[in-house]
Amino acid sequence: MLTWLIEPLEFEFMRQAIAIGISLGILGAVVGSYLILQQMGMMSGVISHAVLPGISIAFFLEINLAIGAFIGGVLSALVVMGIQKRSRIKVDAAMALTLTSFLALGVILITTLKTNQINLDEILFGDILGVTSGDVWQTVIITVIILILTKLFYKELEFYTFDPLGAKACGLPINLLYFGLICAITLTIVASMQTVGVLLVMSLLVGPAITAYLLVKELSQMMILGAIIGSFSSITGMYGSYYFDLPSGAAIVMVIFAFFWLAFCFSPSQGLLTEPEFNSRILSLFRSNKNTDN
Amino acid sequence: MLEVCNLSVKYRHTWAVENVSFKLQPGQVTGLLGANGAGKSTLVKAILGLIPIAEGIVQWTDKPVTKRLNKVAYVPQRSQIDWNYPVTVARAVMMGRVRATGWFRQHNQRSQVLVRDALQRVGMWQYRHRQISELSGGQQQRVFLARAIAQEADLLLFDEPFNNVDQQTETIIFDIFAELKAQQKTLLVISHDLSETLENYDQLLLLNKQLIASGSKEEVLTNENINRAYNRYFNFQTQPLTMNHSVNANLVN
Repeated sequence: MLTWLIEPLEFEFMRQAIAIGISLGILGAVVGSYLILQQMGMMSGVISHAVLPGISIAFFLEINLAIGAFIGGVLSALVVMGIQKRSRIKVDAAMALTLTSFLALGVILITTLKTNQINLDEILFGDILGVTSGDVWQTVIITVIILILTKLFYKELEFYTFDPLGAKACGLPINLLYFGLICAITLTIVASMQTVGVLLVMSLLVGPAITAYLLVKELSQMMILGAIIGSFSSITGMYGSYYFDLPSGAAIVMVIFAFFWLAFCFSPSQGLLTEPEFNSRILSLFRSNKNTDN
Repeated sequence: MLEVCNLSVKYRHTWAVENVSFKLQPGQVTGLLGANGAGKSTLVKAILGLIPIAEGIVQWTDKPVTKRLNKVAYVPQRSQIDWNYPVTVARAVMMGRVRATGWFRQHNQRSQVLVRDALQRVGMWQYRHRQISELSGGQQQRVFLARAIAQEADLLLFDEPFNNVDQQTETIIFDIFAELKAQQKTLLVISHDLSETLENYDQLLLLNKQLIASGSKEEVLTNENINRAYNRYFNFQTQPLTMNHSVNANLVN
């Protein structure tokens, strides 16, 4: 068993992949907790698709792709917020329109700027084998920065995400806090691009956070438990990928989904199977079967 | 003193609140009455700068109120809050101390004491470790009242605090209003209940986009004013001061 666990660690790429996976597990859960409490789960989908035009332009200008991706992502979130605020259009529709439009712009830019050397597959689905030590450092630094900022602004962000009007009424700069959250979400997505790809990153942001949400009663606990679930899922997914030759990003996502189902069914306070009514229904079913047997 | 001068709020071409002026004195509880859609919540939000105002000035002790928000406590309608948010009762009340504590600081001992006192005052101390979703409607309202107390604000605005609360909570809320009044605080309370609880207010404002009337209960609740506020006609056999409950129910609906 021990050799089974240690063997993959002999490879440099596996060590790097696991380091990045743990980082992303923590980062995704912390940022994702705010995301789902703001009821903006789909926003991660919008941002993750909207990085494409940014990447294309960055590639054309020969600057760091992450910078282009970050700008594209933040812009898309601001567009969604603008449409939602200045019209009666609901946020889901605004998101659907923005997501597809940014994606389309990305596709057009890749063709017109002749930046089709960009490996779209790698961006969409991630390529854990292609992780360099530079990527590891980038992810670890982003994670540390976001954790420090979360610690520094924890009480303000908690107030704002719980009761935005109350927070604004006592003078907190809620637009700035919102913008900060959007930047954090976009940074997380940019950091995850390499590992799980933009299509699957939503899972890292939403999955561990909602799993923890079913089990705890405080935001800080949700972040900590979510981070543990996220990191553990990443590691498990990597091993699955190593031993069963599965695509790493997809394997991580499926482990996260499995954890969610465990919590969904067995959460002591909110689980499907731990509901008193559910148990009594099963019991009565059992009894009526017995009666018919007799 | 809170002074509201010619305040108007506009949504494109419709006026939600039109040319409203009034004053609130310290040591008074003012009730803001009106039908659904009369603009009560809009008016309160506009006073605090939560929504843009088209015209008008709002001053708190001779300065724009938006410059003094650290002295303001706002209790939103219960329906505006996500009660499944993962936060315990004590932590939710502590949010009232966020502004006073300031950026980059941890809540200090004094804030802890204020939160405990406020929770004891509203009878919720024993529930401090509960998640807010595990409370009844009245208890949730009391948590927000405790938050407003812990904030040590001078101007307190409540949006429909009596909506769907139990009798015990209603009594506690009015007791605390009386205490805050004695401490020379200024209170504005939105309500659409025209029953005998009106005795608890020192001043009433009757709103229907415009300010229909303001002043004492006798001055405000005349047949004519109520007709204008509720866009309806009632045949009162007696003076409105002795309105019976069935009429009240009609008015509320």
